[in-house]
Amino acid sequence: MSPTWYWSVGALRRAVGVGAFLALAAFILGPLLTLLLWACAGSWLFPSLLPEFSFKWWAYVLANADVTKAIRMSFASAPLATALSALICVPAAYAFARLRFPGRRALLLSFLSANAFPKIGLYVSIATLFYRLNLMDTFAGVVLIQMVNTLLFMIWIPTGTFRGINTNLEEAARDAGAGPLRTFFQITLPIALPGLIVAVLFAFLAAFDEAQGTLIVGTPNHITMPVMMYTLVLSYPQPVGAVFSVLLSLPSIAFLLLAQRYLRAGYLAAGYSL
Amino acid sequence: MSSLSLRRLEKRFGAHAAVHDLSLDVRDGEFMCLLGPSGCGKTTTLRMIGGFEAPDAGDIEIDGRSVTALPPERRPTAMVFQRYNLWPHMSVAGNVAFGLRVRRLPRAEIDAKVREVLALVGLPDAPGKYPHQLSGGQQQRIAVARALVLEPKILLLDEPFSNLDARLRVRMREEVKQLQRAIGITTVFVTHDQEEALTIADRIAVMRDGVLEQVDTPERLYAHPRTLFVADFIGTMNLIPGRVDRQAGGLAAGPWRLPLSAVAWPDGAEATLAVRPEDLVIDPAGTPGDVRRVINLGHYLQVLVDVPGAGTLRLFAGKDAAPAEGAALGIRIARALIFKDTESVEVGTMRPAADRPASAYSPAADRS
Repeated sequence: MSPTWYWSVGALRRAVGVGAFLALAAFILGPLLTLLLWACAGSWLFPSLLPEFSFKWWAYVLANADVTKAIRMSFASAPLATALSALICVPAAYAFARLRFPGRRALLLSFLSANAFPKIGLYVSIATLFYRLNLMDTFAGVVLIQMVNTLLFMIWIPTGTFRGINTNLEEAARDAGAGPLRTFFQITLPIALPGLIVAVLFAFLAAFDEAQGTLIVGTPNHITMPVMMYTLVLSYPQPVGAVFSVLLSLPSIAFLLLAQRYLRAGYLAAGYSL
Repeated sequence: MSSLSLRRLEKRFGAHAAVHDLSLDVRDGEFMCLLGPSGCGKTTTLRMIGGFEAPDAGDIEIDGRSVTALPPERRPTAMVFQRYNLWPHMSVAGNVAFGLRVRRLPRAEIDAKVREVLALVGLPDAPGKYPHQLSGGQQQRIAVARALVLEPKILLLDEPFSNLDARLRVRMREEVKQLQRAIGITTVFVTHDQEEALTIADRIAVMRDGVLEQVDTPERLYAHPRTLFVADFIGTMNLIPGRVDRQAGGLAAGPWRLPLSAVAWPDGAEATLAVRPEDLVIDPAGTPGDVRRVINLGHYLQVLVDVPGAGTLRLFAGKDAAPAEGAALGIRIARALIFKDTESVEVGTMRPAADRPASAYSPAADRS
């Protein structure tokens, strides 16, 4: 057969590949695109193919006092929950990675337990505890309940990261005259940074997206954006929900772009090869 | 200039004694090799000197002052590890300067020292590069520079070249040896490679199962190993099991009968005859054997000879006197060592065959 036969089949094969890729892209990006369209739609009624372009719902959402209060609450509580979680968990993760103490494995596994059962049961029992401690409907209560969701990420990912750092790197720093603290902050921590950023990213999103627990603990006065979403979807026009969804996803997008700088391929592998 | 003394060091991991009753003196400016198979405790010993492991008993002294209680950052030692030496998030200059910054030296002085030491290890253009941009050999050179820049009293090297390919390894050890000689720093070098130890060390401490077997110069270790383990571990050695037999003239090992005048070993005791390949001489009047294999090693040949009662022995032959495989051959022992438990005795000298009394070394077959 002539070489063109191969070429045509090759083209066919390539076409199938491109088609599959487009289908996958449509499957993933389609809903997002619809969401964006809805967010910018003044109205989108049958039979018009494209919506009437308008930012009026943005103005409406941002002018709503309940909504802005929820946005403020979210941007105050989620970073605080993440920061507190990091403060507690990163040293704990270092201990899990470097020290050999009895019950280490069991303790490490126990951090899975919060995610192993239906959360709603956990939240209800936490709520009864919070009533006694006067933490219901308080900012502190909301932060605490969001931290429950961050623990798993903040313990497991940094533990793996610290364990992956060869002890020789730390010993070399001690050898050069640095004390244990200096070694941790100038050697271990910078090398672990990519892993820690990933952990912070996941923890922040877990805290930011938390709705069930916050709904139980924070109502009626401490409502975050995901909790607000319930109300918005049920009692407002469709574009309001879309606008709010876009607002809700902004932090994750910003975080991803920021993290990308630190997650360059090769940075992690650097110095681990010889 | 500094000396190092280890006094009766003891280190256990659980029930296993990694280092047992180890005493060693490293002299000022000396290049000491800790040599032994893996698991013999040589790296544990080095890590105790560096302060990364605490001995269970014993004392470590540098210039007569005990450092046993000091953490690594307060010891005048600097270590080069086998791998994972450089900090990946710092440039070469950052890596080398780290210890100087810890010491709060002025910036200009740090820069000058970094430049100087990088030139010393032959990488003057490296300061701005990052570790992952360097080859394995370059990384280890920077690691050596980082250790030297702190001007330690004792330089510790833990198999620093074992991850490099063979050719580079040989070049690097020559460079390190020259560097060590040039600055005269007291050095302890850990290796499992006896050839490496023989080529660079002033003295070698051979370890086995956590115990020091022998400390000596490479020449003496090779020529006068004190234990069977050292004899077998250093260089190539033919080992022939034997038995003390006074009636036969001393030691009976395979077809050979050797005199045992210097020691009073009881009749019937088991002993081992150890002969270097170069001490087995081809001699038509010697003990008969069959050439099993001839291995060409470039400028000389290694010949494997089957000797009845003694197994397969190795000896060297020049290319001009190449024996054919399968041919019959006579061999004679020019010099040998005999080991019984912890004792040993030497038989013969390195003198040419003609100088020696024939009766002492003639094989049993000839005597009858």
